[in-house]
Amino acid sequence: MSEKSSTGRPEIQVKGLHKSFGDNAVLRGIDLEIGQGEVVCVIGPSGSGKSTLLRCVNLLEEPTEGQVFVGGTELTDPDVDIDAVRRRIGMVFQQFNLFPHLTVTENLTLPQRRVLGRDKARAARVAAENLERVGLSEKANAYPASLSGGQQQRVAIARALSMGPEVMLFDEPTSALDPELVGDVLAVMRMLAREGMTMMVVTHEMSFAREVADRVVFMDGGVVVEDGTPDQVIGNPAHERTRHFLSRLLDPAMAQVEEETSE
Amino acid sequence: MTATDAELQPRKKGLTRRQKRGLSRGVQYVVFVAAVIAFAAGADWGRLQNQFAQWDIAKQMFPDVITLALKNTVLYTLSGFVVGLALGMVIALMRLSSVGPYRWLAGIYIEIFRGLPALLIFIFIGVAVPLAFPGTEIVGGTYGKVALALGLVAAAYMAETIRAGIQAVPKGQMEAARSLGFSPARAMISIIIPQAFRIILPPLTNELVLLFKDSSLVLFLGVTLEERELSKYGRDLASTTANSTPILVAGLCYLLVTIPLGFVVRRMEAKAQEAVK
Repeated sequence: MSEKSSTGRPEIQVKGLHKSFGDNAVLRGIDLEIGQGEVVCVIGPSGSGKSTLLRCVNLLEEPTEGQVFVGGTELTDPDVDIDAVRRRIGMVFQQFNLFPHLTVTENLTLPQRRVLGRDKARAARVAAENLERVGLSEKANAYPASLSGGQQQRVAIARALSMGPEVMLFDEPTSALDPELVGDVLAVMRMLAREGMTMMVVTHEMSFAREVADRVVFMDGGVVVEDGTPDQVIGNPAHERTRHFLSRLLDPAMAQVEEETSE
Repeated sequence: MTATDAELQPRKKGLTRRQKRGLSRGVQYVVFVAAVIAFAAGADWGRLQNQFAQWDIAKQMFPDVITLALKNTVLYTLSGFVVGLALGMVIALMRLSSVGPYRWLAGIYIEIFRGLPALLIFIFIGVAVPLAFPGTEIVGGTYGKVALALGLVAAAYMAETIRAGIQAVPKGQMEAARSLGFSPARAMISIIIPQAFRIILPPLTNELVLLFKDSSLVLFLGVTLEERELSKYGRDLASTTANSTPILVAGLCYLLVTIPLGFVVRRMEAKAQEAVK
């Protein structure tokens, strides 16, 4: 899978990124490039700064220092039209963050109409297409509160896709889900990866990372410790910190990983 | 049950805890009933009835008390509510602004108008504004003045309610909206405020009840006969008939509106409570 990575200009480029909350330095010099159509999973212990990094990529967190480029536009330029850039970047949150006062369809159409200025009919058509893609057409008129976590997360993905993004960011998309609901969400993400979407995924799902990612980035203490193919980073980590993280967090998963490797 | 309770358990005077509780409640009932009886027996009902419950006088108040006085009360209240809501929204957003001076101005406004009696504000609008801006007339005459005075008072309270409502909307909602490309203002209008209003509907309705009563202060602005609301109308009629029945009738008219409103508020609160569960 890694053959398809970075041809030409990188889709996401992070240069010398620092982020501090008061005295607490969360990111301490991150350099990262993600090519068009590449799927990159960011893993690491909690507090390693991986979510903060992701949130810096669409400027939900303002970097303290450094530059972020998406599709050639510098987001860290003070004069950038951040709302315009964000339309090209879809984001999926751990807590779904669907709009609870709107139906599923309205969740998908309101942003298209208010932000992109699409007319009602077009927005509805795009919404229906994307609901179909995530397999939730029958929930079009339901309210978010009546859906399971997995369904809400798939709606959230459909909502982001309805804006026609070039890049999708996933912030621990399955961490708030009951284990039996994780599979449906991962299946949708797998489909997106196959379709060639550029994806940056903060996750603890090692089997997903192994199977879908072109690259895995391991972060710890606010820096990138290791960056390579899933086989390198998860299968055969070069650094002690990576090994320690993988073995401590994922003993059962590691067994599965070994099994898959031997196939 | 804590250890101390257990230690107290060995019976004094042979009464169990439940019996003691029953006895204490019984005593409260007896005291209450005795107080009511004493009050009822002590009051001169005949004179009270003469002064407050003259059927003839009550009858001659209709239909004016409804078609004129109650109508004006409702009009004043609603116009004050609308002005208060609009102004309160602006102040709430200023209070939440990242711009320091906006926050301070909003804070000062809230402190002043919450701290002053509504009566003083009515007098101020009625006297000081015409003095300060001679020749200018507040749009809508008395109705405009009332809307302004009630609105100024209500805005201070509503601003705090609205601010609390906006802050009660989870942070993720704003983040989701921003990540979709909403500008801060658009996100506020399309996503945050609609959710905030669901949260603050009960306290806002309470505010409406308070305004309804405060509308009686209109009489300090000086009103024409056609502009009288319930309290002024009741008082005027009480003085012409030398009897207080109109006051009682006016009072009942207030309750006619406030009690159902209070009921609606409790229903909404119960519903909101259920939604949280």
